[in-house]
Amino acid sequence: MAIKYFMSTLAAGATAVLLGAVTTTAAFAEEERPVRLGFLTVNSGALAAGGQQMQDGLDFCLDERDHTMAGRKIELTVGDTAGQPETTLTRTRELVQRNNVDVIIGPLAAFEALAINDYIIKAEVPIISPSAGAEDMTQRKPNPWFVRAVGTSAQSAHALGEYAANELGYKRIAMISDDFAFGHELSAGFQRVFEENGGEVVQKLWPPLNVADYGSYIASIDRSVDAVFAGFAGANGMRFLSQYQSYGLTGRVPVLGHMTTVDEGILHRMGAEAEGVISSGWYSAGIDTEENRAHVDAFYKRFGYDPGYYVNGAYTACMFLENALEAVNGNIEDKTGFMAALRNVHLTSSPRGEIRIDELGNPIMPIYIREVQQKDGRLKNVVLKKYDDVSQFWTYDKEWFLDQLVYSR
Amino acid sequence: MVFWVIQSLNSLALGALLFLLSVGFSLIFGLMRVANLTHGAYFMLGAYLGVTVLDYGGGFVMAALVGGVGVGVIGALVERLILRRLGGNPLGQVLVALGLTFVIADACLMLFGGDPMRIPPPPSLAGAAEMFGFYFPKYRLAVIGFAIVAVIGLYLLLERTRIGSMIRAGVDDMEMARGMGIPVSRIFTAVFFLGTALAGAGGVLGGPILSVYPGLDQEMLPLALLVVILGGVGSLAGAFIGAFLIGFIYTFGQALLPDLAYIILFLPMVIILIARPQGLCGRKLA
Repeated sequence: MAIKYFMSTLAAGATAVLLGAVTTTAAFAEEERPVRLGFLTVNSGALAAGGQQMQDGLDFCLDERDHTMAGRKIELTVGDTAGQPETTLTRTRELVQRNNVDVIIGPLAAFEALAINDYIIKAEVPIISPSAGAEDMTQRKPNPWFVRAVGTSAQSAHALGEYAANELGYKRIAMISDDFAFGHELSAGFQRVFEENGGEVVQKLWPPLNVADYGSYIASIDRSVDAVFAGFAGANGMRFLSQYQSYGLTGRVPVLGHMTTVDEGILHRMGAEAEGVISSGWYSAGIDTEENRAHVDAFYKRFGYDPGYYVNGAYTACMFLENALEAVNGNIEDKTGFMAALRNVHLTSSPRGEIRIDELGNPIMPIYIREVQQKDGRLKNVVLKKYDDVSQFWTYDKEWFLDQLVYSR
Repeated sequence: MVFWVIQSLNSLALGALLFLLSVGFSLIFGLMRVANLTHGAYFMLGAYLGVTVLDYGGGFVMAALVGGVGVGVIGALVERLILRRLGGNPLGQVLVALGLTFVIADACLMLFGGDPMRIPPPPSLAGAAEMFGFYFPKYRLAVIGFAIVAVIGLYLLLERTRIGSMIRAGVDDMEMARGMGIPVSRIFTAVFFLGTALAGAGGVLGGPILSVYPGLDQEMLPLALLVVILGGVGSLAGAFIGAFLIGFIYTFGQALLPDLAYIILFLPMVIILIARPQGLCGRKLA
């Protein structure tokens, strides 16, 4: 009887010790497991080109670091959102619940980011956006789990407004931009700063995002203006400029563009119609620092095209991840600590220059004024001027800016 | 004044392009009662084939021919091997046509990548023509010419050749035509070839204006449907009138009432469907 009691206690004790050993080993094993990175991109439909460029940028960054950051391996899982909000939500859920990702880089489009916004807050998943520029996500409706690796829609357009009024001396401008949130926001930003510096926007045209033909819009442009501001996204800049040329306006009325109008992703498919277009952006393959030159050369050698908006967005998002991981010594399991590190990312050098994050999760970084020129046998965005430390609020007071209505048509 | 002239020319050019896109759809639907929803994808496929020809150093004419004939052959094969088996099953045909759209679109994405591509106009037609103090793209004027050539060619085919009369007979009354010994199934294949070839060639000819990119098929299909609904099914004159009517409504609507661009475009279709469902030149479908 006593022996039985003794044996059962021994058995219980042994089990307890074994269990303890197993769990501690498991705990140790946890430290060694890879960091699970989820990547939301678009592999089908109209946005597929941008999605592919984002993928290339991320692959390039991970390969450069041998898929290791802060001593931990990075395990990448890719989700294709097909550019649809519902699919984006489904993929995000899969990444979080099935793949147990620690952090997400993505998605591509602003409407996709807005579709998963509530879910991200509920699931408490750190997310780094490599592309979506919707203003309110870091302004009037901030998400504590969200950090943006690119600027807001208007962040670079503000600078161009100032440059156009003060350095180019333009007084009257016609604006033609894509008729959706991104187009409205960037145009409104340009207009505000341009008009504050003495200019006047005399005409605003809003072709629908998927319009087949810009002919009737081009014919409606007031020919007496000093310049035309073209705020297009995706492939529309390419189509617009080519049609602009066929209507005999190239060289007659100069064109100002947004970063996406003459982005490197479409620039390599354009010709003389793009030459001379002046645009603004936080990145250009033509940024003349040693770091960027090496970066562009290596990227071009591997992929055959210059990095632009999408490539740089994903590449920088990856750099943010590395910077934050190193700040917490690889301890991504502490979500709050990691998120705080993400919000405090400070890159002293990157292909773009120096980047800091503001309290709302948006980057403060240099903005470059660029001009499309023929260089090294292909079209490049050559940098004309650099504005340092540009935030999403331009030179305005943050409280005042947020009090205004969000930029719209 | 200049504004009105330019916009009218724009309308004519857009109408011409829409005609090339829709006439094939109209013929196929009129004869075979098959709503060939793959039509937009054929248009895009033709354009991609044209890009390939140009990349290999071929000329513009060659690109248009390859685009047209290439897509025509694919269309004929689809008709023979797939659609024929679904005769009498219109829902099945529509679903297959839709499914083929996705297949073609994805295949193009895989083969050509997601980047938009340009088809430059032939050097002789590049640039702007100066007339009466304004500029208009030479190529768009040429497209108007292409459409006129196409409509004359199709008219002669339908009205003056034997095969044309067989097609017209089939459109009018299929059962009687069969009873008269007309080889209806071969006519079907021929019309499918012709219709899709026109779409494919249209894709190449539209390339210098629209460029080629994923999603082109989905943008073009609703326009083709619009033209055919407005102009009437199975009628050459209907496709012609419908195309140019839409060209004018769309262009002037965009220019004068830009906020209502999409309403302007689809409102005529709604009105026609209520007032005269067979379209302006169509006959009441049996």
